[in-house]
Amino acid sequence: MLARMTEMTGIQARFLLVWPGFTLDVDLDLPARGVTALFGHSGSGKTTLLRCIAGLERAPHGRLVVNGEVWQDDSHWLPTHKRPLGYVFQEASLFPHLTVLGNLRYGLRRVTGTQRVNLDTAIELLGIGPLLARHPDHLSGGERQRVSIARALALSPRVLLMDEPLAALDLQRKQEILPYLERLHSELDIPVLYVSHAPDEVARLADHIVALEAGRALACGPLGDTLARLDLPIRLGEDAGVVLDAVVAERDAAWHLARVTFPGGSLWVRDGGHALGQTVRVRILARDVSIALHPVSDTSILNCLPATVDQLAPDDHPALMLLRLRLGESPLIARLTQRSAAELGLTPGDKVWVQIKAVALIG
Amino acid sequence: MFLTPDDQQALWLTVRLACTVTLILLLLGTPIAWWLARAKAWWKGPLSAVVALPLVLPPSVLGFYLLLAMGPNGPVGQLTQALGIGLLPFTFWGLVVASVFYSLPFMVQPLQTAFEAIGARPLEVAATLRASPLDAFFTVVVPLARPGFMTACILTFAHTVGEFGVVLMIGGNIPGVSRVASVQIYDHVEAMEYTDAHRLSAVMLVFAFVVLLALYARRAHVGKND
Repeated sequence: MLARMTEMTGIQARFLLVWPGFTLDVDLDLPARGVTALFGHSGSGKTTLLRCIAGLERAPHGRLVVNGEVWQDDSHWLPTHKRPLGYVFQEASLFPHLTVLGNLRYGLRRVTGTQRVNLDTAIELLGIGPLLARHPDHLSGGERQRVSIARALALSPRVLLMDEPLAALDLQRKQEILPYLERLHSELDIPVLYVSHAPDEVARLADHIVALEAGRALACGPLGDTLARLDLPIRLGEDAGVVLDAVVAERDAAWHLARVTFPGGSLWVRDGGHALGQTVRVRILARDVSIALHPVSDTSILNCLPATVDQLAPDDHPALMLLRLRLGESPLIARLTQRSAAELGLTPGDKVWVQIKAVALIG
Repeated sequence: MFLTPDDQQALWLTVRLACTVTLILLLLGTPIAWWLARAKAWWKGPLSAVVALPLVLPPSVLGFYLLLAMGPNGPVGQLTQALGIGLLPFTFWGLVVASVFYSLPFMVQPLQTAFEAIGARPLEVAATLRASPLDAFFTVVVPLARPGFMTACILTFAHTVGEFGVVLMIGGNIPGVSRVASVQIYDHVEAMEYTDAHRLSAVMLVFAFVVLLALYARRAHVGKND
């Protein structure tokens, strides 16, 4: 009965696809809420997985159930145009023969069923009101991608699939679109599968992560917990680290600092201009965390918090090790030398103080 | 009017033939071009070769085989007789059938090129926007391939107008039925009526130039927009 209930929400995806030189072999249970990042290097199969879910690629052996509705199994195959999804392609995919409004209406005219997002909401969310009469050739790359996202959203999809929507854009255009994606995240209750190889996008947007390598899922779970796994550190960028969702609790105008609280403590960060009560995301890299057995008072480091040692594991270099700690409910990882760990005599369950040298506010 | 009634009749017949053939080939050539553009199957090569045959074959060879096929003992001839249509050679519709084969590559090849240039992506996008494959073809592929359709129709029309050998083989020279402009000019020359031949030839020359001008002027315009 429990299994039956869990079948009713979320996305159960099992695919076996064999191509010359590449095999996709995954069995995933993805949540029905929030943003799930499909993360991996190019060639890891993340786009192929997304295309299988969309029905643009047909895995001969597979089973796909979305919110209890079977989209694919051994006897059943729902073609793409009958799947209630939205898809944003990597490069601009707007129809050049239609205006922006024509593009937005193309899907809307064909969609059946209840509309949870109306066209005006989509236009407003992506800030494309002034562009409606234009043709795609007269839009910038960032504008085109915003229109593509709005076009997919206007369908009120049961799930929104995004294939590296920012990959073809330069840094400035990315910065232009990211806030809109964050708005989607916070304002719409549509699960998003977000393919990316960009660590900063994943750290900023994802709630869950599926790490893919060579067509297989290495790890799958909530972002914070998965990033804090020591057996398999998923490096978002140059270093291992964790991401925490926190709420702005206090702003100190004199020092341009803000205090953000998260389950397990609070941190001082540089004031990013966020309003009190707003949810922000912070990232703490393992190399920026150091350990002390007692609280240290005469230090330049602002953030000293009590924590519990959870797990120790070797790191890439024999001189180093990774340490997982718990701050209340939140995980944290620290990198220290084997020698320091031995001198401090760290074992799981020890109460220690963590000193966090840098906290990056990422959105 | 500086053309004789016979000349006018031949011109009118030519225009009717070219229009009919272009229309039929638009319906027939579009799916063939689509399959050729999308197919990865082994038969893509052989089918492409068959479609391109009229480009290489002497029209008389094509006309000869069509005459045999449509004749009383040919498979097409037996079919048309069984259907009560009678025999096709030396009729207007015989000319139409022959011209459809003769002009097939001029419809299929520009369309195939246009479809290949569009690629698979717009169709995938349309599918994610709930458009069925047929819906996507008419609302996305046809508008995007419009320059290809224009080129294909112009070339097919013009090529059918210029047909001579196949017509002689299959249609003969029956006024008002199968005597098209090119055959009429041939008759004028045979009869030493050089003035009449000049007039009709001038009309054809101007027509050919105008058609090609329209084609290339449009291409230059499209090129400028890119």
